[in-house]
Amino acid sequence: MPASVLWAVDLFGRVYTLSTAGQYWELCRDSQLEFKRVSAATQFCWGIACDNQVYLYVCASDVPIRRREEAYENQRWNPMGGFCDKLLPSDRWPWSDVSGLQHRPLDGVALLSPHWEWESDWYVDENFGGEPTEKGGWTYAMDFPATYTRDKKWNSCVRRRKWIRYRRYKSRDMWAKIPSKDDPEALPDPFNDLSVGGWEITEEPVGRLSVWAVSLQGKVWYREDVSHPNPEGSSWSLVDTPGEVVQISCGPHDLLWATLWEGQALVREGINRNNPRGSSWTIVEPPGSENGILHVSVGVSVVWAVTKDRKVWFRRGVNSHNPCGTSWIEMVGEMTMVNVGLNDQVWGIGCEDRAVYFRQGVTPSELSGKTWKAIVAGRESDRSHSGSSSSLLSAGCFFGDEVRGSSESAPSDNDTSEVERRDPKQLLPEESLDGSSNPRGSSASDTGAGRTPGCAGEHSGPTEDRGDTAAALGPREHSDPASPPAQLPWTSIDLKEPKKAAGHEAASCPEAAGLSSQGLCPLGTEEPYGADDHPLWAWVSGGSCAVDTGSTLKWFTVQSGLSPSAQTLSLSITPAQTAAWRKQIFQQLTERTRRELENFRHYEQAVEQSVWVKTGALQWWCDWKPHKWVDVRVALEQFTGHDGARDSILFIYYMLHEEKKYLHVFLNEVTALVPVLNEAKHSFALYTPERTRQRWPVRLAAATEQDMNDWLALLSLSCSESRRVHGRLSPQAIWSITCKGDIFVSEPSPDLEAQEHPLPCDQMFWRQVGGHLRLVEASSHGVVWGIGYDHTAWVYTGGYGGGCFQGLASSSSNIYTQSDVKSVCIYENQRWNPVTGYTSRGLPTDRPMWSDASGLQECTKAGTKPPSLQWTWVSDWSVDFSTPGGTDQEGWQYASDFPASYHGYKTMKDFVRRRCWARKCKLVTSGPWLEVAPIALGDVSIIPACPETEGQGHSIALWAVSDKGDVLCRLGVSELNPAGSSWLHVGTDQPFASVSIGACYQVWAVARDGSAFYRGSVSPSQPAGDCWYHIPSPPKQRLVQVSVGHTSVYALDENGNLWFRGGITPSYPQGSSWEHVSNNVRRVSVGPLDQVWVIANKVQGSHGLSRGTVCRRTGVQPHEPKGQGWDYGIGGGWSHISVRANTTRASRSWSREREAQGPVRC
Amino acid sequence: MTDDKDVLRDVWFGRIPTCFTLYQDEITEREAEPYYLLLPRVSYLTLVTDKVKKHFQKVMRQEDISEIWFEYEGTPLKWHYPIGLLFDLLASNSALPWNITVHFKSFPEKDLLHCPSKDAIEAHFMSCMKEADALKHKSQVINEMQKKDHKQLWMGLQNDRFDQFWAINRKLMEYPAEENGFRYIPFRIYQTTTEQPFIQKLFRPVAADGQLHTLGDLLKEVCPSAVTPEDGEKKNQVMIHGIEPMLETPLQWLSEHLSYPDNFLHISIIPQPTD
Repeated sequence: MPASVLWAVDLFGRVYTLSTAGQYWELCRDSQLEFKRVSAATQFCWGIACDNQVYLYVCASDVPIRRREEAYENQRWNPMGGFCDKLLPSDRWPWSDVSGLQHRPLDGVALLSPHWEWESDWYVDENFGGEPTEKGGWTYAMDFPATYTRDKKWNSCVRRRKWIRYRRYKSRDMWAKIPSKDDPEALPDPFNDLSVGGWEITEEPVGRLSVWAVSLQGKVWYREDVSHPNPEGSSWSLVDTPGEVVQISCGPHDLLWATLWEGQALVREGINRNNPRGSSWTIVEPPGSENGILHVSVGVSVVWAVTKDRKVWFRRGVNSHNPCGTSWIEMVGEMTMVNVGLNDQVWGIGCEDRAVYFRQGVTPSELSGKTWKAIVAGRESDRSHSGSSSSLLSAGCFFGDEVRGSSESAPSDNDTSEVERRDPKQLLPEESLDGSSNPRGSSASDTGAGRTPGCAGEHSGPTEDRGDTAAALGPREHSDPASPPAQLPWTSIDLKEPKKAAGHEAASCPEAAGLSSQGLCPLGTEEPYGADDHPLWAWVSGGSCAVDTGSTLKWFTVQSGLSPSAQTLSLSITPAQTAAWRKQIFQQLTERTRRELENFRHYEQAVEQSVWVKTGALQWWCDWKPHKWVDVRVALEQFTGHDGARDSILFIYYMLHEEKKYLHVFLNEVTALVPVLNEAKHSFALYTPERTRQRWPVRLAAATEQDMNDWLALLSLSCSESRRVHGRLSPQAIWSITCKGDIFVSEPSPDLEAQEHPLPCDQMFWRQVGGHLRLVEASSHGVVWGIGYDHTAWVYTGGYGGGCFQGLASSSSNIYTQSDVKSVCIYENQRWNPVTGYTSRGLPTDRPMWSDASGLQECTKAGTKPPSLQWTWVSDWSVDFSTPGGTDQEGWQYASDFPASYHGYKTMKDFVRRRCWARKCKLVTSGPWLEVAPIALGDVSIIPACPETEGQGHSIALWAVSDKGDVLCRLGVSELNPAGSSWLHVGTDQPFASVSIGACYQVWAVARDGSAFYRGSVSPSQPAGDCWYHIPSPPKQRLVQVSVGHTSVYALDENGNLWFRGGITPSYPQGSSWEHVSNNVRRVSVGPLDQVWVIANKVQGSHGLSRGTVCRRTGVQPHEPKGQGWDYGIGGGWSHISVRANTTRASRSWSREREAQGPVRC
Repeated sequence: MTDDKDVLRDVWFGRIPTCFTLYQDEITEREAEPYYLLLPRVSYLTLVTDKVKKHFQKVMRQEDISEIWFEYEGTPLKWHYPIGLLFDLLASNSALPWNITVHFKSFPEKDLLHCPSKDAIEAHFMSCMKEADALKHKSQVINEMQKKDHKQLWMGLQNDRFDQFWAINRKLMEYPAEENGFRYIPFRIYQTTTEQPFIQKLFRPVAADGQLHTLGDLLKEVCPSAVTPEDGEKKNQVMIHGIEPMLETPLQWLSEHLSYPDNFLHISIIPQPTD
């Protein structure tokens, strides 16, 4: 789980963030403004500052937010001047938008707000439907509007071309004021509350966000057109409400609740993908009539509320279908506000001590959680203080070269007015220190003061009308942010008192007992700056804070002087691994063995090694027909020699026709052990070269998952031992992944790529590595990256084991928790009939009305389980609109009959329709992988080692395509820092799908439209190259993947055809043409020796057919880079392979030959 | 780079070449040849010397045979100490093989415990394990194990099966992620120069300030005499499994990797040999 942040505002309006990986509140980078509200979403945070204006904070990312502006230049042919911009009077504008209806001159396209900048000047788009036009981008037609073609014909009377220009959002890592260009009359009045959510209603690429705001007059506003590519949105529009709203909360999905001044809650109904604003309001009564609701916060399927008496309530029975829920449950604790973040996790601010509390134990099955736990993380600026109580620090610890932050001494100029204003009102130090007076006096008055503890300011007008005690403060001067710093003498004294009071109160509060808010108080009053030790919070927002049950947070203990950087996971080698003591132990043990054993090997061993047998009962998928699971007894016999070497035989005893029989497998012949988990069986497949050729592995099933894992671990260990393969992987390892996401590696033997008599693929030994990935790419530098099904990027840590391999089969360090999320899809099928239209009543011959994609298997919502017991559901069923072919507004796809090709609109000929329902499930496992946050990837490629570039100190070139299609180049990747440091964005005119970098820095990529691109001038000194060259794809084929080896370039199209790029020379690296090599290919990997490996779609064996098989191209030679045939290896069920790390050259003769011939030199 | 797992293997497969000779006063029917054997460092004398016993019994009269015991240079060898500890403590700086004298008579009642059968060794071994886990995890791990797991630990030791033993023992070496180590480190410090058989105290792996305690910290705390003063000459060797780990080695790491199968760190403090 990547580090994400919790946002909070303290009583002085300063905005802080707290990372899930850290333990200090960090002051927001842009701290010029004070805020009263923040509402966070991933990458964004919206806020209302104390000037009551709305601000947007966009977190900096390596991938810029960029939008394309387009304009069309239209021309008509006339006999006089040929094509020119003199159009007919009835024609469109010479410069227009795509429809031609709107005039759009290039210089008239302006930036929408000061927060954008142009990336470059206008240029002509040469790409027309994946093909370069090669004619200045012109496309021709008979007349406007019509279908345009690339070629000019005799009847082409008009032509047009597209101009494009990119703008980029520049105001990142700072608060950008949301511009209001609206009519001053209709301007919303100053804002009072705001909430961001709704990002789960639409998937990418729409990526819409819902931003709701409440004005001081109680009106509700919705911000139009807010999305990831357009973070500011366009304008505010008013949403009618039945009463005066004081506060609003928008969940990540379709929940939206607001509170009315009178204390009821308003629930928005009818929010969906097509109508994110919803349609109507429903009123929900507060838990008690005397105490109305003060504050409400919603998640995906939870609602929490705080009533005027500061009690916390949980709403029972809330979900998408019933957004109002059923009843209120009172929770322990008294809070001023609560906030629901990601995963329905909850934070609150204690009403007595103003500490941020985290609700522990919130899980999908127990949404109300267990207890409130105070976050005692200090602020970064406090660190020198919190450390001062530690006896470890030296006398000099108070001296530092840091510039002391304003929070420690006098508040900054902007703070002054806030502090002055709020202190007497909310903290009432004298009163609360007066033991006899009502200890809640302060909070009671605060309660009255209202719902907005952080905002009583110059706009306190309306609140005064309501008899607010805040009125007692009297009108204040407008605080001018530019006023000179206040040098008031009270700052260090007045601030000190209230905090002590707060600490005192905390101790008396039963909920807070033991939560050590007191522990943060200075030990002695002699500490002159101790006043500011305990932050007082006003607002918290968890909308970008991802915490789940597996997370370990360090927020709850006071940490002693460790720097935050020391605690974050890092791949660089830890000092412990290189420490002298460790080296000495290894060295001494080796010496000891030499001393005590070397001359005495002829001595007899005291303990004789005997045969060791493990037996058990399993089920076996029998070899004869009809195939079925039969009960078998199995025995693993291990023989160990005195040198610790061991060999093992697995016996499987079964009954056939009342006769006892057995089959046996020598474990040193086993080539792979593959877990085959499904909801019904805990089984695994055991491959030998013979079984691989037959496409019929030995399949065994255990009664429980634990039992299966035990057998799998034992057999794997025995296999590795009998082959003397254990411990770390070599950097040359070949990586592959099954369609279940299991990761396998094979150590290449020197003869694997031999020219004469290479090792047959089916004899390669594969062992499993923990983790779950969709693809993995390696290089012989030892740098390995993987991408999960949820597009998370992972970097290999150098460990081994993990997952079900525990103990000895696993390295002791470098194993981390890994998770992955994927969607399970089922289809709802309907048939049209003349009376009732589309119904779920089909013909008797039809597929089940709820089925899998093929329609063969019935799959109902209730009956469909996650793929195996390792997976758990993490969402509800929802319609998937991203199905290829498109859908209508309700997600339906139409066709004339089942099964057929579906389209996203209804025609007269369509009699059936279907729609896809998806449900997300999550798996948590462990493996030698660390997340590379925060950008999700679709593809990655690492430069294969090349003798010419080795040892020159360059960083290792690594290219990737983000899940949104951005092309990225990783900087700072090295053997010691395989994760690299940052991304460099490489601009493209369209989203990309695949990228590959060859040993000589040839970067090839495939766009989502199926065309190929070559990146020019990539070199160590210019890692991102200079420009893209459009390479037409093979005729009528859309490419999906490209792989570049030493000099060979191979590409794969969507129909499984493998293409070789011919005509590549050093002076013309783009090559000249695509040459067909083979069909039946799913995935290709070209290695640094120009070896070609693929995942074949189908391979027939003597006993069965396997889909997804590792195959090697045979006969690949420098003068015959396309090779001759295929050698079949492990499979089926494989989906990915990377041979890009294997530089183990076969024989010297081959490399000599290669040098002599040298078709391409780097 | 070597993996920490290799340390476990090296520790387990440590062997001491030993020459057993029958005590000169034992009455034999014919000359008793010395018997050479590789003894596993992590095991117990009486557990691995069946062959020795058989060898010498062949040359003796039945009536002269009573309980076997071993002695090295006049010191009776306690069977309930691991072999590696006995060797480090008594013979680490002498020439190999290790010359052990075998006795069948005059059992030194005041020095040795009787070892009537392998069950006695098993009982002793398991009680050490339980004590160690009481220190490490308040006995939670060992108590959660099934009977067969306990048996597997013992059988693993008895049959010298590294995998069999560690498949279970790794559970005893785990600790909660939020802690930085065990509750207390199970250790015993042995010195030949003192009367007291060994030192054993409660000692945490992590200091109050979060720093990891090292071997040096432990010695300073519980056995200051063993620590060489900063300016002084090195007088003692601190030995575990025949090696001298640096005093900077974190104690938690030592406990996880250099403990004997009984889960204790058996640390020998022996005088620095004078050349």
